[in-house]
Amino acid sequence: MSDNIFITEERIEGAEDGPLAGRTVAVKDNISTEGVRTTCGSKMLEDYVPPYDATVVERLTDAGATIVGKANMDEFGMGTTTETSYFGETDNPAAPGHVPGGSSGGSAAAVAAGEADLALGSDTGGSVRCPAAFCGVVGIKPTYGLVSRYGLVAYGNSLEQIGPFGETVEDAAALLDVIAGSDERDATTRSEGDDSSYAAAATGDVDGLSIGVPTELLEGADEGVVETFWDAIDELEDRGAEYHEVSLPSVEHAVEAYYVIAMSEASSNLARFDGVRYGRSGGYDGNWNEAFAKAREEGFGDEVKRRILLGTYALSAGYHDKYYKKAQDARAWVKQDFDEALSEADVLASPTMPVPPFELGESLDDPLKLYLADANTVPVNLADLPAISIPAGETDGLPVGLQLVGPAFGEERLIRAASALA
Amino acid sequence: MSDDAVSPEEVRHVADLARVDLDDDEVDRFTEQFADILEYFETLDEVPEVDRDADLANVMRPDEERASLDSEEALRNAPETEDGYFKGPNVS
Repeated sequence: MSDNIFITEERIEGAEDGPLAGRTVAVKDNISTEGVRTTCGSKMLEDYVPPYDATVVERLTDAGATIVGKANMDEFGMGTTTETSYFGETDNPAAPGHVPGGSSGGSAAAVAAGEADLALGSDTGGSVRCPAAFCGVVGIKPTYGLVSRYGLVAYGNSLEQIGPFGETVEDAAALLDVIAGSDERDATTRSEGDDSSYAAAATGDVDGLSIGVPTELLEGADEGVVETFWDAIDELEDRGAEYHEVSLPSVEHAVEAYYVIAMSEASSNLARFDGVRYGRSGGYDGNWNEAFAKAREEGFGDEVKRRILLGTYALSAGYHDKYYKKAQDARAWVKQDFDEALSEADVLASPTMPVPPFELGESLDDPLKLYLADANTVPVNLADLPAISIPAGETDGLPVGLQLVGPAFGEERLIRAASALA
Repeated sequence: MSDDAVSPEEVRHVADLARVDLDDDEVDRFTEQFADILEYFETLDEVPEVDRDADLANVMRPDEERASLDSEEALRNAPETEDGYFKGPNVS
């Protein structure tokens, strides 16, 4: 094992034939694999072995893919660097000494290091796109409801989707073809994408494509990142696309809305970890509440505790209207803004991350600084839209990602546009 | 820092509600961090009221029996079991 990419290295063989026969896939460790440990990067689930497969895992093995391991991640998906994993940080194969991004950092690193052909991550506020950008690979965050979440350990379930990584857009699209599609075991499933063909859409044809560039998503971004971004837009223009600037005033409030909603959902979703049915046991005498609180003190890391507590606070009596209700207003506003901008453009483009990859250890002590780094990715999750991150080039030797955002179930359009660059 | 920044007592209270024990160092650290983070969350006050799509509907499936985990599988990850049940601490 190199760079601490996998938490568990174990092969799960797929069917002999299928569209992914002969391909290897790394699976983020919050996606359930029957009989293979699934830890969510947490001490709480260090020894948890799911008794069933997630729908996406069934679809992978049915399609002939071989799963080669469970990839490292920020604990329960909470982080932007893969440094909050109980199993240690992952190094970035594309920029050694730097973080691979998060929370699906192990999955992106597996593809970047050639440890797997493809990978699955999950994206609650950018957790596929951020590590794709930092590791110089392709990552797709699908439209909410396109990919089943059955068997994905929930963190912020109104926001998160499982998404594919690949070295090329066509590879990531081929994996999306396999995992997408409605599933009766997921109550939020949608059927609109059932007849799509994603890999076939990777034609590289952007002639006549109209690109909207939200000015707010360039403000405050690192200068080298912005230069690299415009170089990529120039290349799309050379191939027949045209761009215009658009304004999304609501995105100024997307980060705080995202964190209030995600933390509130986390405080509820993580209540299931009581150390009785599964997970680390308090193993203490005394009453239920004391044993429960002790198990959670020992099982959860700092970032998880921080989010559970802030979520509990935001939902508590007297603060619900001040935080949670306002965050829902902001979410509706973001959706309206995107609808309007996408009525005048085929896709929207921005840097995926406003900054190049942090050095390992650089940002751990300042949670607010890390939350602000998610400014360009979280609006997409609030609006339930699809987005793709593709390598745009480098600044000071560090990878920079370009993000394209499309309308709901517009994955084929995004893949066509992105395939002009990667 | 905003006027109603959280106090260490409030952090302890919320931790009680969330059933997460904290040691004294964690209380101090979270108190400081929560002041910054909650102050930032307060910028949500600038968000205008927005008409929301109200077309939410409950998603129900037919109330029919279907296969599920058997009890052995369901109990496999439990730290303690007894006679086919989960064994937990006293409720009160």
